[in-house]
Formats: sequence, C-alpha cells, structure tokens
Amino acid sequence: MANQTEDVGQAAVETAKVGMPQLDFSTFSNQIFWLVVTLFVIYFILSRIALPRIGEALADRAGTISNDLAEAEELKQRALEAEKAYEKALADARAEAQSINVAMRAEIQAQLDVELAKADAQISARTAEAAVALAKIRSTAMVSVKDVAKATAKEIVAVMGGKADAKTVTSAVNLRMKG
Amino acid sequence: MATETHGEAEAGLVFHPMDQFQVTSLFGADKVEWFTITNVTLWMGLTVLAIVFLMVFGARGRALIPTRSQSIAELAYGFIYKMVEDVTGKDGVVFFPYIMTLFMFIVVANFLGLLPMAFTTTSHIAVTAVMAMAVFLAVTILGFVKNGFGFLSVFWISSAPLILRPILALIEVISYFVRPVSHSIRLAGNMMAGHAVIKVFAAFAPLVLISTGIGLVVTPLSILAITAIYALEVLVAFIQAYVFAILTCVYLRDALHPHH
Repeated sequence: MANQTEDVGQAAVETAKVGMPQLDFSTFSNQIFWLVVTLFVIYFILSRIALPRIGEALADRAGTISNDLAEAEELKQRALEAEKAYEKALADARAEAQSINVAMRAEIQAQLDVELAKADAQISARTAEAAVALAKIRSTAMVSVKDVAKATAKEIVAVMGGKADAKTVTSAVNLRMKG
Repeated sequence: MATETHGEAEAGLVFHPMDQFQVTSLFGADKVEWFTITNVTLWMGLTVLAIVFLMVFGARGRALIPTRSQSIAELAYGFIYKMVEDVTGKDGVVFFPYIMTLFMFIVVANFLGLLPMAFTTTSHIAVTAVMAMAVFLAVTILGFVKNGFGFLSVFWISSAPLILRPILALIEVISYFVRPVSHSIRLAGNMMAGHAVIKVFAAFAPLVLISTGIGLVVTPLSILAITAIYALEVLVAFIQAYVFAILTCVYLRDALHPHH
C-alpha cells in the first residue's frame, strides 16, 4: 500500500504544506494502522480490566446502599413497635389505676356504711337505755311525790287543827293525782 | 498544535493554521510508511496512557466511598452505560464495551489535542472515517444477522401513508448510506475548525511587535478571542465525543429493532 501511494504521497506532501494535511492520502495508512492498534489496546484494557472492576465497585456500592436502607427501614419499624408497646403499657397502667381507684372507693364506702350502721345501733341502744332509766326515774318520782303529798297533806291538816285520817288523805291524794 | 516548521524569518504575520495537523515522522524518517512512528503514534499512545491512568489506576481502589479519580471513572462508566441502556434497550448492553472504547478514545484524544503544541488525532478524517465505517459496517451486518431480510423494514416506514412509503424508503436508503460520512466529518470538522481558528487568532496576537499603533488594539482582542474559543473548544471536545457515541447507539438500536 505504501509503495502504491509513494509517488502520489510525495506530491501530496508538497501540496499539503499549503493545503489541508487531512487530505494528504500518503499518511492515511499510517494513521489507520495506529488507530486500529490504539482501539484494540483500549478495548482490551477496558473490557478485561477497567470495566469489570468499575462495574463491580458500582454494584457493591448499590448493594451496600440498598442493604443500609433496608436496615434503616427495619430499625424504624422496630422503633415504631417499641413506641406502640410503650403507649399500650401506659394505657394499661392508666386503666389499672382507674379500676384500683374505683375498687378502693367502693371498699371504703362499704366500711363506712358498716361503721355508720354500728354507730346508729349503738346510739339507738343508748337512747332506749336512757328512756328506760328516765321512765324508772319518773315512776319513782311519782311515788315520792305521792308520799310527799300525803305527808304534806297530813301536816297541813294537822296545822289547821284537824285530825288527819290517813285513809281519807291517801284516797284524796290518789284522786287528785289521777285527775 | 504542532511546532512551526517554517524556517523563513518573515517580518510580517505568519499564517499557518493547518500546520498543526501535519503528520510527521518522529525519528527522522523522510517518508511516512504505515508502520512509521509518527506524531499520530505518540498522541494515540498518550491517549491510551491517559485512559489507563484514569480507568485502571484511578479506579484501582474500588472503594465504597470513591476517591476523586475513581469518581471520574465511575461517572464516565455510568454515563455511557445509561446512554447505551436508554437508547438501544436492554439487549444493547452487550455492546457497551465497544461504545465505551469509542467514547473514551474520542473524548481523551479531543482533550489531549487541546494542550498547547499537541497533535489532535481526531481532527483527521482518516481516523474518524475508520471509526464511522467500522460502526456502519458493524451495525449493518448485525442488523442482517439479527433480523435477516426483516432488517430492510428499517427503510419501510409503516406509520406513513402507503403512497408516501416508496418515496420515504428512497430517502431513508440515501440517508442510511450518508450516515458514515456525516458521522465522521462532523467530528473531524469540528475539531479541525476550532483548532484552526485558535491558530489564526494566535497569528494575530504578536501584531503589537510589528506595528505598535494597531497592535495595541488587536493583540488584546486576539488573546481574548483565543481564550473564548478555547473555552468553547473544551465544550466541543466533550460534546463531539458524546454525539459520536450517542449516534452509534442510535444506529445500533436501528439494527436491533428495525421496526419503527
């Protein structure tokens, strides 16, 4: 190829000094040869070494990122669960406190009722006792009043100069007391 | 941008914007044979070294939290991988290493070409045409292997009205065969034009040494222009590599799924 274009090439070199070196066909074989060599070298370097290596690095990174994201999602889920459990515990505790409160109040009320009833019974017993004592006192007082009245009546009669007939005085007093 | 080989000590402005694209042998051979070690060899070799440095040594650590160079390598990988997957579909992913090879070569060669005194391998139609033809042939053969003659349905647009279909088929066939031409000239043309424009402005820059009056205006302006175009070229260097790669993906999709 070089021999073929030799003469043309020599002439072209002369014109290329003033024209476009791009159209100097004598250099084409040289450029094409080195281009083909270059492209093959680049292709082998890229396809054998560089591209698999970079692809692997990119895949590793994508894997790591998606793993991390999944882990973060799981942790978030766990945090949500923990929060839910905490809230449930809080609600349970509140309900328990409420029920304890109610039960305690009922118990106290019952105790109070019992004590009140007992006190009422005691009070009424005492009142009855007092009433009995009062009645006794009253009846004894009546007897004493009759005696005092009889004695007083006898004395008054005696003072007025009469002879007090015991039987008459007694019946008169009794009559008066009844009236 | 190769060293100026013109020995003439001219007093005026020197315009040699295309000299930077000359293919020269490095070790004094007068003739550029196919095996001669030229500046093409040197800059393609540097491209390979840069790719090895970035994609092999840079990504060596395989760390969970990437280092800076590992990040760049992974970014390039992810960018092209996603592009192949999005454009060609799941079954196109097996071609990812080939597209990655093309993209890495073009993008690194473009950026290396932006270094002062560098030679831009991708500014040569010989280089881009070989890549474009390789893509064209591979896609065409793949299309026929995968779909048999069903691949021809890529030219038969079934969603169009029946009367229009033969005309559209003709246009589709023509545009199909123009693909490698546009594919290669787009890249080489962009790279060449930008570098040549920078060189033209660079030729204007020393005007202040020749004529102080006009030079006081022209020199700062041309330096500013070089800076601006250089910034644009940085953008173009990446965009052209991206365009080349995504067009390859689009052609590949046609081969894998010819039915529109």
